Order: sequence, then C-alpha cells, then structure tokens
Amino acid sequence: MLLIRCPWCGPRDETEFRCGGEAHIQRPPDPDAISDAEWADYLFMRRNPKGPHRERWVHAQGCRRWFNVLRSTVSHEILAVYRMGEREPET
Amino acid sequence: MSGERLPEGGRIDRSRPLRFTFDRIPYQGFAGDTLASALVANGIAVVARSFKYHRPRGIMGAGAEDPCGLVQLGEHGDTEPNLRATQVELYDGLVAHSINRWPSLEYDLGTLNDRFAPLFAAGFYYKTFIRPKFLWDRVWEPIIRRMAGMGHAPTAPDPDIYDHRHLHCDVVVIGGGPAGLAAAYAAGRTGARVILADEQPEFGGRLLDMPETLGERPALERVAEVVAELASMEEVRLLLRTTALGYYDHNEVVLVERRGDHFPPQERRGKVRQRMWHVRAGEVILATGAHERPLVFADNDRPGVMLASAAAAYAWRYGVLPGRKLVVLTNNDSAYRAAVVLAEAGAEIGAIVDVRAGSDGYWAQEAQRRGIPMLGGRAVVGLHGLGRVEGVEVRGLDASGVNATGARHRIECECLAVSGGFNPAVHLFCQSQGRLRFDDAIAAFVPDRAAQRQFSVGAAAGRFALADALADGAAAGAAAARTAGFGDGSAPAMPGAERRSETPLRPIWLLPGERQVGDGKAKHFVDFQNDVTAADIALAAREGFRSVEHVKRYTTTGMGTDQGKTSNVNALALLSRAVGRTIAETGTTTFRPPYVPVAFGALAGAQRDGLVDPVRVTPINSWHVTNGAVFEDVGQWKRARHYLRPGEDMERAVRRECLAVRDAVGIFDASTLGKIELRGPDAAEFLDRVYTNGFKSLGIGRCRYGLMCREDGMVFDDGVTTRLGETHYYMTTTTGGAARVLDWLEEWLQTEWTTLKVYCTSVTEDWATVTLSGPKAAQVLEALKPSFPAEPSSFPFMSVRAGRVADFPARVFRVSYTGELSYEINVPARDGRALWEAAMQVGRGIGITPYGTEAMHVLRAEKGFIVVGQETDGSVTPLDLGLEGLVSKRKDFLGRRSLRRSGMLEPQRKQLVGLLPMDPDTVLPEGAQLVRELKPKPPMAMVGHVTSSYYGARIGRSFALALVRGGRARVGETLHAPLPSGTIEAQVVAPNFYDAEGKRRDG
Repeated sequence: MLLIRCPWCGPRDETEFRCGGEAHIQRPPDPDAISDAEWADYLFMRRNPKGPHRERWVHAQGCRRWFNVLRSTVSHEILAVYRMGEREPET
Repeated sequence: MSGERLPEGGRIDRSRPLRFTFDRIPYQGFAGDTLASALVANGIAVVARSFKYHRPRGIMGAGAEDPCGLVQLGEHGDTEPNLRATQVELYDGLVAHSINRWPSLEYDLGTLNDRFAPLFAAGFYYKTFIRPKFLWDRVWEPIIRRMAGMGHAPTAPDPDIYDHRHLHCDVVVIGGGPAGLAAAYAAGRTGARVILADEQPEFGGRLLDMPETLGERPALERVAEVVAELASMEEVRLLLRTTALGYYDHNEVVLVERRGDHFPPQERRGKVRQRMWHVRAGEVILATGAHERPLVFADNDRPGVMLASAAAAYAWRYGVLPGRKLVVLTNNDSAYRAAVVLAEAGAEIGAIVDVRAGSDGYWAQEAQRRGIPMLGGRAVVGLHGLGRVEGVEVRGLDASGVNATGARHRIECECLAVSGGFNPAVHLFCQSQGRLRFDDAIAAFVPDRAAQRQFSVGAAAGRFALADALADGAAAGAAAARTAGFGDGSAPAMPGAERRSETPLRPIWLLPGERQVGDGKAKHFVDFQNDVTAADIALAAREGFRSVEHVKRYTTTGMGTDQGKTSNVNALALLSRAVGRTIAETGTTTFRPPYVPVAFGALAGAQRDGLVDPVRVTPINSWHVTNGAVFEDVGQWKRARHYLRPGEDMERAVRRECLAVRDAVGIFDASTLGKIELRGPDAAEFLDRVYTNGFKSLGIGRCRYGLMCREDGMVFDDGVTTRLGETHYYMTTTTGGAARVLDWLEEWLQTEWTTLKVYCTSVTEDWATVTLSGPKAAQVLEALKPSFPAEPSSFPFMSVRAGRVADFPARVFRVSYTGELSYEINVPARDGRALWEAAMQVGRGIGITPYGTEAMHVLRAEKGFIVVGQETDGSVTPLDLGLEGLVSKRKDFLGRRSLRRSGMLEPQRKQLVGLLPMDPDTVLPEGAQLVRELKPKPPMAMVGHVTSSYYGARIGRSFALALVRGGRARVGETLHAPLPSGTIEAQVVAPNFYDAEGKRRDG
C-alpha cells in the first residue's frame, strides 16, 4: 500500500485516497470546435507509461482535496506531490 | 522413524505434562513442545498423507519450512485446516486430526493414486480424465477434488475475536534470531521507535535449536539479557508469535500476532485471538534466517527422512530423538554439526554420508573425534522400509556426481537426516520487489538489489556464520536508526562468536539411484507439499516448457501453503539442468504473500457481521420498525419497502398503498434523498455546466428537475434543484448517488473550474424529509398549521416555502414523483419523527397511509418517471430516455459534445418505451430480454430489455418500462419476452400510463 503525502494532511495510507487517473488533461475550451476524434481522444485516451506518471489523486477519506502526484509506475515511488494549479516540481 | 523422548534436556517443562489427541488417540507432551515435537516424541512416524499420491508423510522440518506435516486443528467452529504441526504450540486438551486420508491415516485408499501415478503426471489435468467430456463435471472433478482436499473448512461461525492495529515506526526488524536481536538492540539503544517481531514463542532463532556459546557463555544467556534490555527501552515493541506475512509498497509490513492460539479454545474466548499489525516503517531489517533444503533422491519423502537441522533441533530444543539410530546425508558441513548434537543427545550415528570427498572442517573434526563413521564420496541410492525408514543403501559416487559406483552397502537406521544446504528466506525481500542473485558458494539465491529502504542481514542474506549475523545485524540496526535521525550510526560491540572452518558445499541436485528417474516405481520428490517429482520437472522440460513461471504452473511446484520454501531451488536447479542453462539464467519464480497461511478471521479483523459496512437509517426509522415495515437496502440505507398489515402479503400491501396515494393521501419517508447545498456567486453558472438543462433562469423560490451526464453523455444522476436565494441553491440527488454526485461536483470545481466561486456542502443527514402525496395532501398539510398558505393555488407546483410546519422549522417543496399533488416537508433531522407522527395524527380521519419504496416505484413508473440505475445503466443518454426537452441547446454542459457523436445519434439505439402485456394480470420480470421474432429456442435477436415492471393498482393492469432498439418508432408493435416459464407478449406504448396530461399534480 502506497504512503501518499497529501499536501494538506501529510503522509497517509493509500486507502484514504482515490486515484483520478492521468493528470493535466484539460477539458477542450470549445468542444464544438473539435472533431469527434479529438473529443474521443480527450474522453478516452490515456497514457500508460512505464516510469514516471502524472496522476490526480483525491484525499477521499480525509480533506477531500484533489492534488497531483508524480509516481513511477515501475517502482511505485512517489517522486513529487503538488497542488492543483501548481507547476510540476523539477525532479 | 521411531522417535522417543530423552530422559532429560530440552527447553520443555517436564513438570507440566499436557494431554492431546491425534486422530482421537490420546497422547502426552510437555509445555514447550510443538505438536510436531510431541508427535515425534510419541513415536508417530506418519502424520499426513501427501496431496496427490497419498503417500505417507512424516515430520521433515522443525519450523515454517516443514512441507508435509499439515494437520486439522480443533473441532466445530474452532476447527482450522492445514496448520503446520511444527508451528502449533501444544496446549492441554489440544485436538488434532490428520488430513487428506480416507478411511484412515494408516490405511488410505488414496494410495491407489500412487499405483496409477502415470495418470497424475505434470499437467495431468490437461491430459487425462478428459474424455468423455461429460464425465469431467460429474465424475472426475468431484473425485479429484475429494482426493486432493487439504482439510476441511469450518462450517460454523468463527467464535474468536480478531483485530487490526496500525503502527508507524522508524525501524521494524523481522526475525528475532542473533542477527535480528543485534539489529533491534543497535537501533533501540539510539531511542528510535523499533519493532522486533519473531514467529516463535521466544526470541533466539537458531540459537534455540542448537548449543552455542557467545563470549564464553551459553548464547541463550546473552539472548535473555538483550531481550530484557530491549523490553526496558521505551520506544521498542517486542512481538512474539508474530509472523510477517507480507512486505508491500513504501515499507509497509503486515504482521499477524497469534495472541491466543497457544491457549485452549475456551481460555482464549473473549480475548483477541489474532491481531494483524499494519506497520509502516522508515527502515525494514530482514533477519528472517534460512531454510534447510532436502536432497533429491529415490523415495526421499519416506517418513523418517528429516532435515538435519530439524533432527538436531528436536534433540536439543525439545529433548526428542527422531530415531535411536540415524544416518546423516549431506553435501555441506552443517549436517556434521547436527550429527554431533544428535550424538551428544545419545543417538547412534550410523554414518555421515557425504556426497563430497569428505570434510576437514571444524564440525567434521568434532564428529571424527566422537568416532562417528564418515563415508565421503558416497550417496544414499535407496531406502529400506515401506511405511518408514528402516535402513539406507549407500554407494559410491563418481566425480561427475551423476553415476553411482562400487558396491552397495546397507546401513540400518530409523531416521535419515538430510542436508542439501540452506536457502536464505528471501520471501519478504522478493515481495518488496528486491532482486535476487544466485550465489554459487552456497548454491542459493541471496538478496542483491533492494527496491525499498531495507537491509537483509545474517542468514537471510546468505551469511550463515554467527559472527557475520551479529555484525550484520548491529551495523544495519545502527545505520537504519541513523537514517531515521537517531544515533550516529556506529554499531555496538557484539560478543565474540567462534569462527569455524568449513569445507565448501557441493551442489548435487539429483542423487543417482538404482534406476533412472522416471523408470520404475521410485519417486524423487522436489516439492513435497504438492507432490512434484524430478520426473515431473523433466517431463515439463521435455514438453517444451522453459520459463520457470510456466513450469511452476504446469507442475504446481512451489505453490500451495508452502510457496516453495524447501523446493524452490531444487526445482530450479533440475529445470536448469534439463534445459541446459545455469540456475542464475533460469531465475526464480515470484514469491507471493502471505509467507505462511493466514486465517480469514485475522484478515477480516473486526469487520464482520454488522461491522462490514455502515448501516444508515433515517430519523423516522424507529416508527417504521414498529409499524410493520419490511425494509430493503438502498446503498447503505435501510428503507421501508412496504408496510404489512395483518393478513397481507407484499403484493396486497403495495396495491393498498398505491390506491391510498391515488385516491386519498400517502405519507412517505424520503429522508434518504441526497441533499447538497451550493453557495457562491458562481453557483448558477456551475449548475448550468453540470446539468443538461439551464438553471440561470431559475427564479428564487423555484425548483427545477435536472439531469446530469458524465462527459461521455451518459445519464449519471437526476434530481430537483431549488434556488433558495440569490447565490444559494439546494440540490437533491438519488439516494444511492449522493456521495458520487458530491464527489463529482468537487472534482470539477477543484480540478477544472478552479476559478468558479462555489461551495458544496452535504446536508443529507441534516434534514428529515416527509412527503405527503395524494389528492388530500393539502388537507394534511393545512392541518399541520403551516406558517404559509399551503393550498395549490397559492403555493404553485415546483416552488418552495420556508417557514414552520407543526411548529417545526421547515422547508416545503411542491414537487411530485407520484404524479399526485405532493409536498416534500423538510424539517431538522431531530424533528423528523415528531413531524411524521403529527402528520399521521391529523391525517387519520382522511385515510393517510404510509407507503414504502415499492409503492413509490409503481406510482412513478405509471407516470413514466425514470430511476437512474434502473432505467439507466451507464449506457443511456437523455435522448435515449426521450428527455431531449431537458437538453439545452443554448449552453455547454458536461456530456453535451458527446451527444453529437455519430454513435449517439444512431436511430437504432435503445430507447425508453412503455410495454403493456397482452395479459393484464401478467407482470413481466424485470431484466427480461425482448425479441421481435420468436424462434423455438435461442439464439434469437434481442431488441431490448425490461427495466421496470409492476402491476398498477389504479390502472388495473400490469405494465412495464423497457429499453428497446429504435423503440419510439415501434409504438404499436408486439414484442415477445421468451422465458423458461413461457413467452409473454407485450405491446409497445408511450412510457406514460396514468394522467398523461398531468392534471393531478395540482390536486
């Protein structure tokens, strides 16, 4: 079980969190301006990298805040945790 | 094997005899015995039958590594299968049974499997018992399952108590042998928070099993001193009888502490029997020791063949000789030491048979000094004795180690003590994703690259010398503490341990026998628990299996409760040889948690019975309970489904409740509806984005039904939202969807629309909701003396009034889910029951009737109102439901773009329609599939399915809602629901069965 450092609550067990999938996927500002394929890409297509992966997590059983996590999908090491709207820290 | 208790010696308490039974026969042991040592002391050679061939098996090991001695412990609810006798502490009155035998351990009909062994070769389930096909389900599988069973699961509830604890520490040390004690001491003395866990009832590890000195004193004296010192350290927690089951991500180690298993069941009642510790450690020190491995030779599973270290442990620790006369077979020096210990205890050592030319190491010299015959360059090529060892056949071994040479030589013995070297217990290390390296010097896998913050020390790292174990442990303990911010990293001085010279081990993975492997009856066991032989491994290799993981699955080697503790390296070595690779190239299989089997009770902890999931009840629940309510679960909520009157069944009760609502007035507990308050200047904008329909135009005091979609355009939730003030909205959600919707709103506010100023607050449990519905609803509300005019003419549909009702502060919403005039009265939760009773009181004269969720469903379905999760299943859009009127064309909202994708516009999508069965008394089953063309038997092209189906009391007939391909264009058509009980025909109609004009909502 991962130990995740919530930016508000500190390190807590993974069971308190829920993963919201890949981070930094922006909702198209004008959905009508894009094709079905582009919309499908936004809706369904996600990266599945081997190595560092940027994910959204929410402290569902705690402060209920969303934040970003840079996690290695190989070692499960958490390389960085940063708040929504913050820039990904240099690693 | 004919074991016996020595007249003295051992760490048992001879003043405390304990009675126990094995297969109903009474025996006696002593406090300090394990079940295994007591069985051996009583001369019991056969304790189990093997998994597949039902061969007799005895005790082979003395700890977690023993693959064969599995027993069923206790009776009735207390019974527990597949416990290792070597790990069961004896208590007075213990009841044990052998497993996997019928009718008895001595005469087991299953031994026929041994006779027909070719039918059960590796992968037999792919090869034999296949034809004829129908026999598999009915004959072969039941027989094989019965034959291969490993004990019986209890049928009564577990009467014991279990719990879970969570701990954080700086250093956790797994294993309380010399290395672990040194590590815990070095870390503990710095003030770091340390946990030391050991699976045995006392600390000392291997120092308990054989005589040893440390700094000129008996080692166990030193152990006692260190343990006392550790116990006095404030931040050190000592856990005995505690096994590390798993080592997970981010240094999480899960331990199970057996607090009550060593007491008779009646004495452990009411106390925690087992406790699961979830430990999160800064640093993990693995001092898990090593397991001796057997040698592979003909019939090496015969009772009386024992691991050499175990034989010595039985003599020294438990005062039990596994046989009066023993032969030792080895490929390394450790067995010489075992021979010396056994000889000192009074056993006659017939010979030490060494597959090497011999040894001039320290223990070999000691053995020689005691006159123990030593036969170098030889091997055991066969065993005498059928049910148990009576003697061994010894021959010379050529230089290659492959062929037997020279004359046979028979040596009588009752026990053959075997050592094939030691495998470091790397299970936890591997679970933590560490990488192994094959160490040729000890012919075993050792930890190489750690994946987490950890140390492997002592025998667990392949460093078997006591001096190394102490030095490793002390250094690791100090270093781990320093990383956590304690101490300066310097290791404390350790007492001197003698370094003894050794002659290197000679790996020989298969000893030659009378005949080739696979030829003749002899079996050469590799995995004793799963009955996998050298011939099985060779067969798998011949059949083309190369990957070690595939061979594991094909032959089942390394599986089961044993997880390859004794078998792993032998199996890998034989596979490597068969496919012409080195063991390092072959690699090892994945070690999986748990390290030893764990009781379900321990995994569940306190989360059983009523504590599995929270039960939520409304503030009015107690009234329902005492007034005949039959409940149903909706999410975590208990909701009254209907109220039974004397002599009624559910059908009649629901019809009565429905008629009361249609003809007079019903009262309904809607408190479970999800309620979310939204406040902020951007609340209207936010609602516009999450609902398919517009909310900006909603006036203060007005309500609007809204539909939510996911971004893929599928209906996600629905409910009524009311504007209470300029920047204040009150949203209701489905009962089951409340948490989901709040999460959804928060997700969009926090991650996408971060500039919107809106707060969302769940108020579900703050309000009790009492719904009055029916033509006489206004009369009831009036009688409750509201502080505002309640008649429909001055309190319009889809609006709210705030004030007082029955003198309680209240918000009343004029919304309707039944189609009748309705008021949803919300009062603070604490007033819910009083309001309900007040309404019952004033409504008595006009026939007020409580109705449950079932009647509510019938009434809403008559009106064609959907239930999210019943009419929808995550693949249904608002357009499919015919709700295009709720889909705004003037603004963007979540899911809107998806509704324009070509697949969403497809005219043959499933659409919501009504169904009227041809027979008005026949109710279609919900979920029934619908076809246009009826065929004598499936397959038939399915065009849809029934989503809701009821008997409508007021309309006097059955009806249903359904999702049907292109359904709206099929109104008037007849569809068929082919069912096992016969086909039901129904006509497609518009999904509205009552008061289509909507006149009744205003009373």
